[in-house]
Amino acid sequence: MVVFDKPHALADVPMHYCPGCTHGIVHRLVAEVIDELGIEGKTIGIAPVGCSVMAYDYFNCDMIEAAHGRAPAVATGVKRSDPNNIVFTYQGDGDLASIGMAETVHSAARNENITVIFINNAIYGMTGGQMAPTSLPGQVTQTSPYGRDVNACGFPIKVCEMLSQLDGPEYLERVAVNNVKNVKNAKKAIKKAFENQVNNKGFSLVEVVSSCPTNWGLTPKKALEWIDEKMIPYYPLGVYKDRSAE
Amino acid sequence: MAVLTFKTDKCKGCGLCVDACPKGVLALATDKINKKGHHPVEAVNPEACIACAFCATMCPDCIIKVER
Repeated sequence: MVVFDKPHALADVPMHYCPGCTHGIVHRLVAEVIDELGIEGKTIGIAPVGCSVMAYDYFNCDMIEAAHGRAPAVATGVKRSDPNNIVFTYQGDGDLASIGMAETVHSAARNENITVIFINNAIYGMTGGQMAPTSLPGQVTQTSPYGRDVNACGFPIKVCEMLSQLDGPEYLERVAVNNVKNVKNAKKAIKKAFENQVNNKGFSLVEVVSSCPTNWGLTPKKALEWIDEKMIPYYPLGVYKDRSAE
Repeated sequence: MAVLTFKTDKCKGCGLCVDACPKGVLALATDKINKKGHHPVEAVNPEACIACAFCATMCPDCIIKVER
């Protein structure tokens, strides 16, 4: 009996991510959910700009590459042109919370019936570890070598908390993928985000607190511990909005 | 009995599976190098495996197949 195998919706190719990068785990969770809901044939994914820019190579469903930050806008067009499609975006913090903040906020405010997977690793990965809108206060990055100074650079943006103030979005949850229990919870959240779209409920965003061992300067194991010690206290896990449950 | 299959050439040697295993089944093969130039994971204590699939759950590159 097979206990665990690669989901069909995940392409059988080597991924370009660094060793220990949790992007691979989240890719797999999305693919597992697509398999379980049986929606691979009508799913269209929107890839971002950032480390996951080549996500279109890793999913077996149709994929579109959006301009930097514009994935929710592209997803809006794809979804509205044929509402039978299941449309998801997969975006990092530089894409969603920085250059794409306007698209994110307005698609949430409009309650577009799309699913957004948001990877928050508190740093710009692809460009070499610069400070992101989500970098923690005091966090050392390439562009904040003495630690993020909140007087000069402002405070990190907590996307789930911010969007939860809007009346629009249907479902907002923050999860992490730093241990087996959190990965299983992340899978449940991602599944719910896709089910909401299948059931025409509206905008669902799952923020996944992830690691970046290379740019944090930690081993893969230490990076997962850093999530527990530093990231989760600043970005508490949980459901921030669930209109169906209210 | 549990059977673990690895796509060894896709392994990046991050060791997250080794840390996730509650039974100490896995280790990085420090005497081997795969196509990508990493020390790949291998089952050093396969008879202790309980097929919990924690290793596969944490593997970012989806290289582990678990059968029971």
